[in-house]
Amino acid sequence: MTASMISLDSSASAKTSDNRLTNAKSDSCKSSSCGSTAKPDDMDPATWEKIKDHPCYSEEAHHYFARMHVAVAPACNIQCNYCNRKYDCANESRPGVVSEKLTPEQALRKVISVANEVPQLSVVGIAGPGDACYDWRRTKATFEKVAAEIPDVKLCISTNGLALPDHVDELARMNVDHVTITINMVDPQIGAKIYPWVFYNHRRYTGIEAAEILHKRQMLGLEMLAARGILVKVNSVMIPGVNDEHLIEVNRWVKERGAFLHNVMPLISDPAHGTYYGLTGQRAPRAIELKALQGRLEKGAKLMRHCRQCRADAVGLLGEDRGKEFTLDHIPDAVSYDERNREAYREVVARERGNHAAAKSEAIEMVKAAGPDGSLHVAVATKGGGRINEHFGHAKEFQIYEASPRGIAFVGHRKVEQYCRGGWGDDATLDGVIVALEGIDIVLCAKIGDCPKKRLADAGIRAVDSYTYEYIETAISMVYATEFGVDLLTGTA
Amino acid sequence: MAFKIIASQCTQCGACEFECPSGAIELKGENYVIDPKKCTECEGAFETQQCASVCPVPKTCVPA
Ligand code: SF4
Ligand code: SF4
Ligand code: SF4
Repeated sequence: MTASMISLDSSASAKTSDNRLTNAKSDSCKSSSCGSTAKPDDMDPATWEKIKDHPCYSEEAHHYFARMHVAVAPACNIQCNYCNRKYDCANESRPGVVSEKLTPEQALRKVISVANEVPQLSVVGIAGPGDACYDWRRTKATFEKVAAEIPDVKLCISTNGLALPDHVDELARMNVDHVTITINMVDPQIGAKIYPWVFYNHRRYTGIEAAEILHKRQMLGLEMLAARGILVKVNSVMIPGVNDEHLIEVNRWVKERGAFLHNVMPLISDPAHGTYYGLTGQRAPRAIELKALQGRLEKGAKLMRHCRQCRADAVGLLGEDRGKEFTLDHIPDAVSYDERNREAYREVVARERGNHAAAKSEAIEMVKAAGPDGSLHVAVATKGGGRINEHFGHAKEFQIYEASPRGIAFVGHRKVEQYCRGGWGDDATLDGVIVALEGIDIVLCAKIGDCPKKRLADAGIRAVDSYTYEYIETAISMVYATEFGVDLLTGTA
Repeated sequence: MAFKIIASQCTQCGACEFECPSGAIELKGENYVIDPKKCTECEGAFETQQCASVCPVPKTCVPA
């Protein structure tokens, strides 16, 4: 069995899908796990049906499915202090920024090209720059065209909520079953520090009055969506000293009004971006502050921890951005949708994820059974499929897991500079990677050279490449067992 | 009596285009431009000039 055949990686094509299907650990399919789904126990089947192929709504799905954003609606009806719509700097990557604005026709061409080449594609979203509900004509035209060509792809929008109530009925009619609203406050006093103005009913409003209007419209939109059974994810930007404590209140409000997920994202405030916050020196939260806040919010609306704050033109699995491969100049003038790649891939995933779910719960049980005192922080290099299948030097991010007597939990990701470029690694980059891996006990990857391995060891981090192509949780449970000297494998053989 | 767009400031977001009650704003090549013959400064339609009120960049939609 060769590695590439079971990796479900992004180079997947229809030709190899069949091989991958037959080779994808078919031997591990125990009768008890066959046909099992990965549905979490605490979720109703209708909701699971909506999110199971959506990488942003389901942490489980994000191992298998990809999203793409099309930037068709650049106009916006509010101003946020963390946004500067004037510049698109080539060296940055952040939400709201995009290099290429598309017409609905161009967007359709792009979606078809991506669907043909990225079989993992399951979601097409409109997520800025600008507001998808404000520039409604373009959003609607784009969704209608995409739905006509690729009926099974899920449509998704992000909005600041101001114009949202005007379009809820149409969204429901177009089968949009996921909407993200960015809600940073419920107290207009705090809102006034985040939003300098809103444009509503043909007028610009400022100060508390502006924040009050925005707040009322956001709550109305959220309630209307929830009443129609559309899943709502609420994004909040954590701005230290402005709304960090207040987000606990926001969490309570949005949960009461039916939000399905609450995603707290760190403020990005680099002076080079020229945003108000960037220029006034408003700092971003530190990773531990974000984690602490997420911990306090855990009891409110379900939290999402795998968000990557994608660019408005991102393409691919979360944590991966292939947007540059699909700019207009790379897309032929005439494209036609070929469903074979996506269909073949879906078949692979349908079988694979059942096996993965079974392996995962087995691994978690093993860790739980190991006794009361272990704790391991593990960084995993993966390019999807829920497996350890990325080289240390090729990783642009590590997925972070915690193993403890409570089980194995995904807790987030850490971005790094890719250490190995064209066969050689550079020491300064490795230093950066080591800093980013602070607090990690073990790195699991598909392969690592002796030199970086030693450098990591000197920093107290062990790198292990002997679990290549294993499921992430299975490998973690084995490492855990070795670590805490328990012979967990007996009994499961 | 007309407004104009300072092209070097404009982000090409297009908000002014669809807010203009007179249909005076159009994308011409790379730039949004206001047709001075059509622009009414929103007189009789709205209390503020729509292009200037919606534009995210200060001093971009200004009296010609
Ligand atoms: S809603 Fe989005 S596009 Fe509009 S100002 Fe805020 S961040 Fe920028
Ligand atoms: S001032 Fe009013 S009429 Fe003139 S271009 Fe602007 S929006 Fe249109
Ligand atoms: S609203 Fe301002 S930035 Fe946007 S297109 Fe019009 S002039 Fe340009």
